[in-house]
Amino acid sequence: MNHVEPVIRMDGVDFGYDESLVLENVNFTIGERDFASIVGPNGGGKTTLLKLMLGLIEPRRGQVCIFQTSPHRVRTRIGYMPQHSQLDPKFPVCVLDVVLTGRLGITRTIGPYRASDKAAARQALHEVGLAEQESRPFSTLSGGQRQRVLIARALASQPDLLLLDEPTANLDLRVQDDLYELLRQLSTRVTVVLVSHDVGFVSKFVKTVVCVNRSVHVHSSGDLDSEAIIRLYGRDVRLLHHEHDGPCTHR
Amino acid sequence: MSEFIRALFEHPFLQMSVATGVLASVACGVIGTYVVTRRISYIAGAISHSVLGGLGAARYLEVVHGWTLLTPLGGAAIAAVLSALIIGVVSLRAKQREDTVIGAIWAVGMAVGILFIAKTPGYDKDLMSYLFGNILLVTQEDLWLIVCLDLLVVATGLLFYNKFLAVCFDEEFARLRGIRVDFYYLLLLCLTALTVVVLVRVVGIILVIALLTLPAATAGQFSRTMLRMMAWATAICIFMTTGGLALSYGPGLPAGATMIVLAAAVYLASLLIWR
Repeated sequence: MNHVEPVIRMDGVDFGYDESLVLENVNFTIGERDFASIVGPNGGGKTTLLKLMLGLIEPRRGQVCIFQTSPHRVRTRIGYMPQHSQLDPKFPVCVLDVVLTGRLGITRTIGPYRASDKAAARQALHEVGLAEQESRPFSTLSGGQRQRVLIARALASQPDLLLLDEPTANLDLRVQDDLYELLRQLSTRVTVVLVSHDVGFVSKFVKTVVCVNRSVHVHSSGDLDSEAIIRLYGRDVRLLHHEHDGPCTHR
Repeated sequence: MSEFIRALFEHPFLQMSVATGVLASVACGVIGTYVVTRRISYIAGAISHSVLGGLGAARYLEVVHGWTLLTPLGGAAIAAVLSALIIGVVSLRAKQREDTVIGAIWAVGMAVGILFIAKTPGYDKDLMSYLFGNILLVTQEDLWLIVCLDLLVVATGLLFYNKFLAVCFDEEFARLRGIRVDFYYLLLLCLTALTVVVLVRVVGIILVIALLTLPAATAGQFSRTMLRMMAWATAICIFMTTGGLALSYGPGLPAGATMIVLAAAVYLASLLIWR
């Protein structure tokens, strides 16, 4: 893989919430139109890595570059989807209004949204297959539909980079499959990076796997083998073999 | 009830009371919706109780030193906005101490008010009307001030509707869209403070929190969007204030307390219907 201008670049990044480091000496790049998954054990630093990319937290040492600059300066080019479990499930808001909040930062400061904002929001809803549901209350949607609405919200800003935190958490397998297929299609147009706790499942869909457990190793998904997984999760992990499309050879 | 309607045509003071209730309901519906969805009822509670400090100080200056520039309602507005900013800034800077500050502002505001009232010659009646409101004693001057506050609060609340919605629904996402989340949070607290001042005239310091939250919470049971929740909360609040006034008039009950009991009954009914 030759990335001329990486979309994401981390150089010697250390980060810790207190004295101990959550991430240590992180170096990697993600290229344009990549479809990457950040995987690793709980507490290994997956969400922390995502927050660094968003500029929500600052590294203690090293540099985080998104589109060759600091994350703050390109926030409007990043589409972000948080875990939906942290949202108030009873909040009185309809689907279109949720998606429209993705237009903030692009639309005018005061007053109602423009017609072009509504068009972009409807286009995003169409893309995730929820065009018919725009006036439904967000609270009445199923888990999978909510995830799709939040993806549409991220898409409504017409981003160049899409970051998603556990987009398939608490979904059944068929819905997960559909969602990954949607993200794979999107990755032909924008760079997609997601956080997942499920390394085996996700490696079927993504091109690149970013393994995080304090340190970071990047694999192309075809190359991910048992040795890499054991290094990620520790010696105690038991591997269950599942079907692979290609031969497993480690770089 | 028919007695109330007859009296309404006869007495201008009663017409002013109804007008005050209706005007206050508009601010109450719009800002109450934000307060309920953003879950800042207790901040609103602290702000309303701290208003006593401003009321007491303004009344003291008026009676003892002859200041006429600062009306009690003006003093209330200053105290309310000041408390809102203190709570807001502290909660943004040090999140874990927010509840302590809310409690402190709540009690200190009242203490300051009681000290000023104790040193003001005159009747203790003042204190009772501040605490429990007296919508029947609204003056023409009060009504104009309420109209101004209403316009300010409702216009700001609606002009920045998109921003407030984003901040209330998902603060982190709003921040990432480049919205100055902290600014809008403080703005929302200030609008809440001004709404509290309007409502203090209607139901008094102690009962404000119920009128601010119960109509909005009732509307929230069945509203699909925030805008509709605001419209319904306003309508319900108009019903509460006017209905409370009408019910209390015949038997000579305190109007504020009647409104709150009515509001609670309607909220309870809504819980049973849309559970």
